Amino acid sequence: MGFISRGFHGRRQEAPAGRVPPGQYVTSDFPVLSAGPTPHTPLEKWTFSIKGAHEPKSWTWQDFQALPAETVTVDIHCVTRWSKLDTHWTGVSLDVLLGAVESDAPYVLAFCDGGYTTNLPVADLKGGQAWVAFNYDGGPLPPEHGGPARLLVPHLYFWKSAKWVRGLELRDTDEPGFWETYGYHMYGDPWREQRFAGD
Amino acid sequence: MAGTAVRGRLTWQAATVSSLVDETAKVRTLVFEVPDWPGHQAGQHLDIRLTAEDGYRAEREYSISSAPGEPVTITVERLDDGEVSPYLTEEVRPGDEIELRGPIGGYFVWDPSDGGPLMLVAGGSGIAPLRAMIRDRARLGSTVPVRLLYSSRSWADVIYRDELSQHSEGLTVIHALTRAQPPGWTGYARRVDQQMLTEVAWPAAQSPLTYACGPTSFVESVSAGLVALGYPAERIRTERFGATGG
Repeated sequence: MGFISRGFHGRRQEAPAGRVPPGQYVTSDFPVLSAGPTPHTPLEKWTFSIKGAHEPKSWTWQDFQALPAETVTVDIHCVTRWSKLDTHWTGVSLDVLLGAVESDAPYVLAFCDGGYTTNLPVADLKGGQAWVAFNYDGGPLPPEHGGPARLLVPHLYFWKSAKWVRGLELRDTDEPGFWETYGYHMYGDPWREQRFAGD
Repeated sequence: MAGTAVRGRLTWQAATVSSLVDETAKVRTLVFEVPDWPGHQAGQHLDIRLTAEDGYRAEREYSISSAPGEPVTITVERLDDGEVSPYLTEEVRPGDEIELRGPIGGYFVWDPSDGGPLMLVAGGSGIAPLRAMIRDRARLGSTVPVRLLYSSRSWADVIYRDELSQHSEGLTVIHALTRAQPPGWTGYARRVDQQMLTEVAWPAAQSPLTYACGPTSFVESVSAGLVALGYPAERIRTERFGATGG
């Protein structure tokens, strides 16, 4: 017999089966979690860069807007336990961006305005699983949610979907990013509840 | 962005609720006896896990509101449409066991060696982790000067009101009451705005260290306001919570 919280009944949610990972609850809000103030980078100064490849690559905002974009509907899961279903995003697939460079590196460290970083395996960014998104719900991505552009990697906890992303550094080794340094999981699969190191 | 790296496995354990403190009509502090607590830093949080008889579970995280070295406490605001907060504020009794794990987080933390002056800005129950910092400072006899700007709906909604009213050398508490004020109130009677920050916040030239915690819109406007006053973004640490869930 496991642990029971006396008098706790809970409020079961009518969420579609298989959509909400363990320990998560569905919200219709879009909460914000950031470690510091929201940066505001003018679009004319914005670039997206890939470093660490044989030849580095960089796009201006204008270049970026000329790339083929996709609109996707995905579920997102924050490590603080909210999940939001059927969110609509428009962005450039990482298949397009990583396809523009030559590299065998298995990992990336994403870097952002404000100094935030997060680490991801390259395999999790390819195959139609990840985007650099600049539109949310039909409009420009608001700054507090990561605008002008953020990573969107919905199959991992949402801290991996770095806000204010400015590029990727390809790496041979898996180096912890910002939250990972503070004990959050290196990979962050919500279906395996990989919230913290050792989960 | 720098801080103390914290790594290591977090395991769930059953803590005993040793006492309850009603802070306001909607806010209660739970004091835990945690058999195997590794210690925490002011500003960190912990995970709570509730399990129903049929195995259904709900998990939430809460800021730790006590100083390092004190019994672990959390301070919970009851959200009427919440799932966990009504249980923690209405159902739980002393002697009950609650599963928790922690501490978690290593960026929104302060100890006196981090220095100051400290600019603390709280909205509502966002006071909880900042109260841990204020208590830590007092416990350790730190002389780091602190200003706390604390926004509440009304005087009756001010959490830790008596504690914060006690004189403490170097600590200045400035209240803003946004919806209702007691008769004769001479303090701020509006939401925190740029003018208020200009009047209350340490001058940027003193290189203050800021911790702001509260609802998203509150923290957004406070942190943007402090940046506009010349505070470097890397000296402003924020913790935000959404309006739902609890």
